[in-house]
Parts: sequence; structure tokens; C-alpha cells
Amino acid sequence: MHIFKDTNFNFLRWRWQAMLLSALVIGAGFFVILTRGIPLGVEFSGGTNLIIRFTAPVSEDQIRTALQSIPFEVQKYGEPESNQMLIRLPQTQQAEEAGNLSADVPKVDQLLKAANMPAFKIEGTEIVGPTVGAELRRQAIYATLLSMLGITAWIAFRFRVSFALGSIIATFHDVFVTLALLAFFGYEMSLNVIAAMLTMVGYSMNDMIVIFDRVRENTRLQKREPLETAINTSLNQTLTRTLITSGTVFISVMALYLFGGEVLEGFAFTMLAGTIATTYSGWFIAPSLAIMLSSKPSAAPARAVADGASGARAKGEGAGGGALEQPSRKSKSQRKARAT
Amino acid sequence: MSNLQWKLALCAAVFIVFFGVGVYPILATRYNLPAPGWLSDRQLKLGLDLKGGVHLVMRVQTDDALRVKTEQDSGRLQEELKRRSVPATVAIQDVTTFRVDGVPPAQDQAFRQAAEQESIDFERGTGTNGSYTFAMRPNIAQALREEAVVQARQTIERRVNELGVTEPSIAQQGADQILVQLPGVSDVDRAKEVIGSPGMLELKLVEQGPSPSREDVLRTTGGVVPPDMEVLSGGREAAAGGGPMYYLVRRVAAVTGQDLRSARVQLDENNMPAVGFTLNASGSAAFSRVTGENVGRYLAIVLDKTVQSAPTINSRIAGDGQIAGGFTQEEAQNLALILRSGALPATLTYLQQQTIGPTLGADSIRAGILASLAGLLLIVAFLLVYYKLSGINAIVALVMNLIILLGMMAYAGAVMTLPGIAGFILTIGIGVDSNVLIFERIKEELDAGKGVKAAINSGFSRVFLTLVDTHIAGFIAAAFLFQFGTGPIRGFAVTLTFGLISNLFTSTFISKTLFEAVLSGRRQVQALSI
Repeated sequence: MHIFKDTNFNFLRWRWQAMLLSALVIGAGFFVILTRGIPLGVEFSGGTNLIIRFTAPVSEDQIRTALQSIPFEVQKYGEPESNQMLIRLPQTQQAEEAGNLSADVPKVDQLLKAANMPAFKIEGTEIVGPTVGAELRRQAIYATLLSMLGITAWIAFRFRVSFALGSIIATFHDVFVTLALLAFFGYEMSLNVIAAMLTMVGYSMNDMIVIFDRVRENTRLQKREPLETAINTSLNQTLTRTLITSGTVFISVMALYLFGGEVLEGFAFTMLAGTIATTYSGWFIAPSLAIMLSSKPSAAPARAVADGASGARAKGEGAGGGALEQPSRKSKSQRKARAT
Repeated sequence: MSNLQWKLALCAAVFIVFFGVGVYPILATRYNLPAPGWLSDRQLKLGLDLKGGVHLVMRVQTDDALRVKTEQDSGRLQEELKRRSVPATVAIQDVTTFRVDGVPPAQDQAFRQAAEQESIDFERGTGTNGSYTFAMRPNIAQALREEAVVQARQTIERRVNELGVTEPSIAQQGADQILVQLPGVSDVDRAKEVIGSPGMLELKLVEQGPSPSREDVLRTTGGVVPPDMEVLSGGREAAAGGGPMYYLVRRVAAVTGQDLRSARVQLDENNMPAVGFTLNASGSAAFSRVTGENVGRYLAIVLDKTVQSAPTINSRIAGDGQIAGGFTQEEAQNLALILRSGALPATLTYLQQQTIGPTLGADSIRAGILASLAGLLLIVAFLLVYYKLSGINAIVALVMNLIILLGMMAYAGAVMTLPGIAGFILTIGIGVDSNVLIFERIKEELDAGKGVKAAINSGFSRVFLTLVDTHIAGFIAAAFLFQFGTGPIRGFAVTLTFGLISNLFTSTFISKTLFEAVLSGRRQVQALSI
């Protein structure tokens, strides 16, 4: 079975439209972020989260009335029949300095008890002081940036600098698009979302490596063709693979989004948005950037071919060409030995 | 044995080992199957977010340890100056510095000798007009800070062990933070009290008091606190109604908690819970000397700078004492536990606190497993439809991948958390990607007119380098996550790393061996179900 057979889409022809679209999405995202701000999860902003399970259904308004004397936010939590509420209180610097980080918890407990609510139990609390919040925020940014730099260095080492530059810009693009989508849908930044972002960075780089790997192989086989043609051919050759991989990741993350429960929802949403962004940028953004950054597109393929004669073969037979590190004559004979 | 048989044997061995370590103990607990102890000990543990429990992050106020050092050393210098009859005043400036003023020029030499003898850990500033500043040497301060954090961690470990928590995790985080995870604990307030109480016990002779006010207690000394004494208040009386009582006590304790051998809950003369303690040999000697010399006076039992009680000394007391003070049973138990485990070298401030109720954890684990299974089933269905019989090969590789991942995590003692489950789902994703890459390549080779065996061989060998490239990129990402992430993100990074290793093995070695095994019997293979 084939999803696509011998396709010949010209991905690079749409590069300007694609970049315009990305710029629009990212710009709109930044607009939302600048006007509304990215809501930070309790682990980054500091504050108190309480998850309270009631024995009978209660409405958000009932809780708002009961707790009107203190600043807080409330929303339903988990499955509707579990009667759970998430109450979030901001936290001030004073609470940490005074050493009574958890002072808000008994206060909420008392106010709810006084307000004639159904019986309840505090199922979970999360209290984060401002120090830890700021530290975690810094750590998360470091982790993201450094892991991106690390992978970029790897790509530059294994492929070429222009590919590495193209892929890091494309990865920033993916991060920004995902951030924009998170902002549109009002998801808050939590550690789980950061984990998803980092996973996405990994996937994005994974996608590009697969494509660049193919480009490297193709430029060796057809060294007279311009890089642009080689990239287009590679994108078409890996089209089915990219679609299936993104599709299966999308499916499993969708399952996570639908059934994974409240805690994993932010994670799953980020992964869904990220999968779309990385697939799109792997087709339209990263290769276009790689071409634009290769200073002499026509000369570039020749540089990639270091190991001489084997590169000159025609395409059909050329499927036997080896990888960059090995002279392909050797790998071909090895393969012959194994095949018989 | 042929090459292929060796490969199959290796696959089977890998399956048996990892299934035994990773999966069998879980099944054994669930269905009461026999399992040797060393195996079930290795069972994959659930993290706090799945099991429920308490998570605390606290900062050790290492300044406390420096302050104690500055106080001690400046005090010793003061005594030494007194002994050499150098008339100078010593005053503490901040946690690491103190000043000496009014050294007469004639006695400068004697002062320098005293300072060199008693304050070697401090840098002496150049003196002007008989005034000197002493600043703690940076390396000494650094060592003290590190020592304080290590000691605090060890004390917390002892206390948590005394609490009887199973599988607690206590770790230093950063320079001065300590992370404590107590699975299965739901009473966060008790945990915080037991962990965070300084637990400093001192027995001090009362010079004046008890009196109802601070002024009263200082009446005989003319309203000022003598330099070697301090005023402490009682906490217990205040709680029982009426104001706190004040005591003038000696600064130097007769006996401290360091001389304690044991502490336990017992009943006082009013049948109220109290904490009885026994001193060790040197503590007993000091205690019996002090009590023998001061029969009839009050002895203040001071806990964390608060007087718990101040009984009259009726006779010489050897090694046993009692702290009474209207405790509840639980308070007495906590205090006995804190005293047994020793004092904290510095105060702790709480930075983060998280409790997860067992129901909440159970909800999460159910949702996570449901989601993973749903995702897995969809993928299995897709692979079978799209790759037909070869899809079975991919599924075997995928299942092996998960078994190896479980086994590695169990063997390494990793903890299963929610982001860890997410890491599992990612591993599935990467595993599918590897198989798809290989299979698509095989299809291409077949389309290009190659024979089945040749197509399979070149499909695997072509994709192998791509896989190495992508997996190393994954390792790099995981390494940074592990290095710079905290708690849950680290768990995710560990799962991802193990997943990448097992995936590289299953998708290249196991999957290829399966193809070879299926095709080995036939000489000429016409078509491949892919």
C-alpha cells in the first residue's frame, strides 16, 4: 500500500507564502502574548493551588461567594462527576519570608466550612514560593535554549552549517508557533508544557535530520543538480514517512489529550500544536531557510561529495550508494555479501 | 549454530531478562505469583504524582551556621583577651564579621598573639586606633555553608526514617536547597513540623525569674542583661492562658542536646504526656555536677530558645530528665523523635510544598494508562492495515521496545511519574518512526526493482545512519533536560534516554532478525507483504 507514490510536489516554490503565513501566526501570537500575557502555572509564578473534592456538585459561583474575602481563581477540575474544584491563590513575597508558606490553606478550609458548602476534602495542594518559581522559570529557559544549541551543533557537525542554521531558526519558529497557539487557547505555562516543548524540539530536529540525511544522500548521487532540486526530491521521497510518523504521533498525543486527564491536558495540547508546527516547518520552512543560507546554491552540492566516483551513478542504480562516512564501494560489496 | 540462530537466541535472552526485571514483578504483585525478593525489590516504583504523598522543597539558612561560628570565635577571643588582661571590647557586626575596639597601643602585641591563637579562621583587617575588623575567610565560610547543608540533610534523613515513611527521597538540590519526597504521607503539617523544627535542647540554670515581665526579671541587674546571660521566655504558659514568664539564664548551657543518648514519650506526675531523656556519659557527668552544686535553684529546659519548663532542682540528678509542659500525645511523640534525631545546624524555610491525595494520584494513573493503551491500539491497527504482515514485525519490535524500557527503568531504580508516562508515549512515537523509516525505504528499494532480501538489507543499512543521527540528537536533548531540569522533567529525560537506547536496538536488530528468520527457509522470495 502506498499513500503517495512518485510524488513531485514543489515544496520550495511556496516558501514565501509559507513564511508569510508563519509570520502572521507568530505575529498574532506575540500580539496576544503582549496584550494578555502568557498565564504562568503555579510552579513558575508562585502561589497556591488547591484541589478540593466535594461530596456533592458545587458551582464556581458558590465558591466565589464563599471565598469573596480573598483573591483567588476557581475552575472545575477533572471529570465532572468527581465534583472537584481547582482553587488558585496568588502568593506574596511576604509569605515566604515569614516562613508560613501554607498559611492560605487553612484560611480557605475555614471559609469553605463556614459557607455551608457540601462536605469536602482537600485532595491536593501545591504551594510554590516566589524564589522557586523564578528559579524554575530560569531553568526551563536555559534547558530549552541549551538543548536547541546542542542539537544544532550536532547537525552542523554531521551535515553542514547552513542546514544547522536553517534548522535552529525553524525550531525557534516551531517554538513560537506553539507558544502562539498556547496563547490563543489560553493554556498556562507549566513544567509539563515545558517538557512537551522540549519533546517537540527533539521531534522537530528529528524530522529535519531525516530530511537532511536524504538530501546529503541525493546530492552525492546527482551532483550536477542544484541543491534546490535535491531538497525537493528528498522532501518528496520522505513524504510518506513524515506523514505517517507525524500522524501516529498525532494520534497517540490525541489519545493523551482526550483521555489523559486534567494533569496531562496542557502537555498533550502542546504536543498536538507542536506536531503540526514541526511537520509544517519541516516541509516549508527549514528547507527554504537551508537554501537561502547556503551562499552558493549551485556550488553547494559539489562540496558535499567528498568521496568521488561513486556519486556519479544514475539514480536508479544509485540506491546502492552508501553513507557519507563510508566509501560507498565498500558498503555496496558488504551489502552484496549479506544479500546472497 | 548459524548466525541467524545466534541472533534469535540473543533476542530471546533480551526478552527474558527485561521481561523478568520489568514486567514480571508487576504481574507477580498483582496476581500473587511467586517472585524472589531480590526481584520484587526492583519493581518499578510509582512517583509521588501517581502514588500520592508530600513533596517539600526547603532552603537551609546557612547564614545561621556562619553566625554560630562568628559568635563562638569572637567569644573565645574575648575570653583570651580577658585572660591576657587586654582591655578591649568585642562586638559582632554581621554573620561573618566582628570588631574589636579599644586595644591600647602598648598591648597591641598581646592582642595580636591572642588573635592569632583564637581567630585563625578570620582575616584580620589592618588596625587603626586600636580597632580591628575580623572577617571570616571565604573558604572557611564556604566549607561551613556546605557542611550545614549536608548536616541538615542527614538530620532530616534521620527524622524521616523515624517517622516510618517507606521509600522517602531526600536530596540536595542546588547549593542550599533540600528536596524531600514522602510517598503515602498525607499529613503535611506534621511532616513539616517534624522536619523543620530546629530541635535544639539546652538545659540552663535560671539566675532570675520566673517573672511575669521582662523588666521584673532584670530588676536586680539594673535593667541591663549581663554579657554572659540572656533573657528567655516560656512558650507553654502563654498557651495555657496568662502571659508568658521570663527567665534570666546563663548564655552557656549546662548540658545540650548533643549529650543526649535517647528520648522517649512518658507520663509526668499529672499523668500528662511528657518526654523523658537520658544523657550520655559526659552529659551525665556535667549534669550531675551542675545539679549537685545548685540544689534548690530552678533549671530551665530550653527548646529552640523557648523555656519549656523550669523545675526546681531537688537533689543531684544523674543521667535522666523529663521535659514536661502540657503536651498532647502527638506533640510529645514529635518532640521525642526530633530530640532523638539531633538538632538542625540551621533553620529551614519552605520554598515549595505539594501534597497529592491518593485518589488524585489514582485518577492520574488510570487516565495515563487508558490514554497510552488507546494510542497504542490505534497505532497497532494502523501498522497492520498499512504494512500488512510486516506490520506484525513492527508491532513485535514496539512491544519489545516497551518491555526493554520497563526493564531498564526498574533496574535503574527510576520512578514512574506522569511525565514519565508521557516519555513512554514518546518512545512509542519514536519507535513507530524508526519502523516507518525502514519500511518505507524497503518499499522504495522494492520499487526500484531490487529483490526482497536485497531490499530488506539495504533498507536497514541505509536507514541505520539516519537513526543514529536522530537518536543522538534525542540523547543531546535528554541530556540537557536532565542537567537543567528538575523533578518531573528529569523523570521524563530518564525515560526518554532509556527509550532511545531500547528503540535503536529493537528497530534495527530485533526487527531485522525477524525478517531474516521469516525469509530464511525460502530460497527465492517473490513478494514481501509490506
